[in-house]
Amino acid sequence: MGAISAFGLMGGFWSNQPVRVALAVGGGAALVCAVVGLSTVMRRQAFAGHALADVSGAGGSAAYLLGINPLFGFLGMAAGAAGVMEWAQVRDARERDLLTGVVLGAGLGLAALLLYLDMTVRSVSGAAITVLFGSMFTIPPSIVPVALAVAAAALVASALIFRPLLVSTLSVDLARAQGVSVRTTALIHAMALALAVSLSAMTVGAILSTALLIGPAAAALRVARRPASALVLAALIGLVATWGGIALAYQSYYWTPGRGWPVSFFIVMLIICAYLVASGIARLRAGAPDAPPLSGCQEH
Amino acid sequence: MMHAWIVATLVALAAGCVGFFVVARRAAFAAHALPLGAFPGAAAASLMGVNEFWGLAGFSVLGVLAIGQLQRVGRREIASALWLAGALALGVLLLNLSGRYAQSVYGLLFGDLLGIDTTQMAVVAAFSGLTVALVAWVARPLLLDSLSSELASAAGGRASALEFAFLGILALSTAIAVPVVGAMLVFSLMVGPASAARAFTDRPWRALVIAVGICLVTVWSAIALAYLTNWPVGFFVGVLSSFCYVAGRLRGGTTALAQVA
Repeated sequence: MGAISAFGLMGGFWSNQPVRVALAVGGGAALVCAVVGLSTVMRRQAFAGHALADVSGAGGSAAYLLGINPLFGFLGMAAGAAGVMEWAQVRDARERDLLTGVVLGAGLGLAALLLYLDMTVRSVSGAAITVLFGSMFTIPPSIVPVALAVAAAALVASALIFRPLLVSTLSVDLARAQGVSVRTTALIHAMALALAVSLSAMTVGAILSTALLIGPAAAALRVARRPASALVLAALIGLVATWGGIALAYQSYYWTPGRGWPVSFFIVMLIICAYLVASGIARLRAGAPDAPPLSGCQEH
Repeated sequence: MMHAWIVATLVALAAGCVGFFVVARRAAFAAHALPLGAFPGAAAASLMGVNEFWGLAGFSVLGVLAIGQLQRVGRREIASALWLAGALALGVLLLNLSGRYAQSVYGLLFGDLLGIDTTQMAVVAAFSGLTVALVAWVARPLLLDSLSSELASAAGGRASALEFAFLGILALSTAIAVPVVGAMLVFSLMVGPASAARAFTDRPWRALVIAVGICLVTVWSAIALAYLTNWPVGFFVGVLSSFCYVAGRLRGGTTALAQVA
């Protein structure tokens, strides 16, 4: 919180170091989340995406305890949990929902312990709030290159598997017939999801990163008619919400003197507005004969 | 400590009953989103200076309405995700404005056994009783609807009304559990024991009783371990619940009920 009050006195938005770092890391996270989120929503893995984010919070708290770079903590835990969920390889949707819940419960239990140790052993009292709700303006600049590299890796992985993943999402049999390795594709997707989620957990916080992952993609899928346009739209919504949220949070310092409003709040609210607008557009169009073909994989 | 013991027992009774239906209806995400989404209610209550419980209850009701409404537009998981994110964002704002201490935030999220007083105990007892009574009332149609919604609507059940009733019961049972087990871990008390119960029997009602039993054992051991080690109770609830699930899988989740529920 100290940083927020400090930069308000420093004037210019663009010349401000914490703001520039937040814009870079937040933009990268938004872009990756939009792309990975699209396939996550279409594969009905919203709960898994949320669970990974929450579980990665345990890694973030461990990083505080060990005094290492928090990004690596988030990353390690998210990748581990994604690995467990893919390894257990549950086909049945009902069982997958349960398994996700169980992994989430175990991860949160671990987070509870680690945050408690953060507070008692290392006496970092703000760790719980920082890890869970994020603090964009306190990201150290040294993280930027690593964060952007992680974002690039996730984007490349998603681009490589985009078509096979789309096919195997629509029909596993069709994918097999085309010679797609369904298992490998799913595993790569799970790892890309872990990368995306840890990036957004760093920026908007572990329990709010779901908004960045699911919101823009779900909104885009309501109105887009083709995968490519959904991709562009989701990325656009994510970027506008993130950068808009940062700008609003910067402004908010002048609304309530002495205390800025949290960035995460503005980002999530902008994303939810985008979803509601998209739903409104979809409803207006519903009477039209050419309903968006992608909605088929989103409804039910 | 005695208060904590009694309250946790009441919470476990309600959580076991509701957990059975959470597993049968695969509503783990909703069971996670409702209590966690109610968490800003506590922050709002402390801002206005009223009892925490009313804030939690108010936001639980809002959650049921929001998820119910959003479900009409999109899928349930999207509805749960968006409600959760929106509510938590509001919670962050309220926390920021009220300047609550990190320690009390932690207690709300991960549970705090020492902060329970006699009034809270009475409230929890009343609402646990109400939850169990409501479950008993809608149990038959709800189970039928969970196993086969076609059969249920043929038998004259209304799917949307049942879903609403289910979400309502879920909200009720989780709101009372939040101050004890914490908003983050209420749901693991529902998911773990109930999923393990399926491995022991094919009969739904027997599974429900077993789920309640495992729930009680989980909570009691968690409290005892938390007392002995001085570590947070949420940690033990989370870890023991996932042990339940693993034990159930190992014992063989291939009984007939495990196939359908």
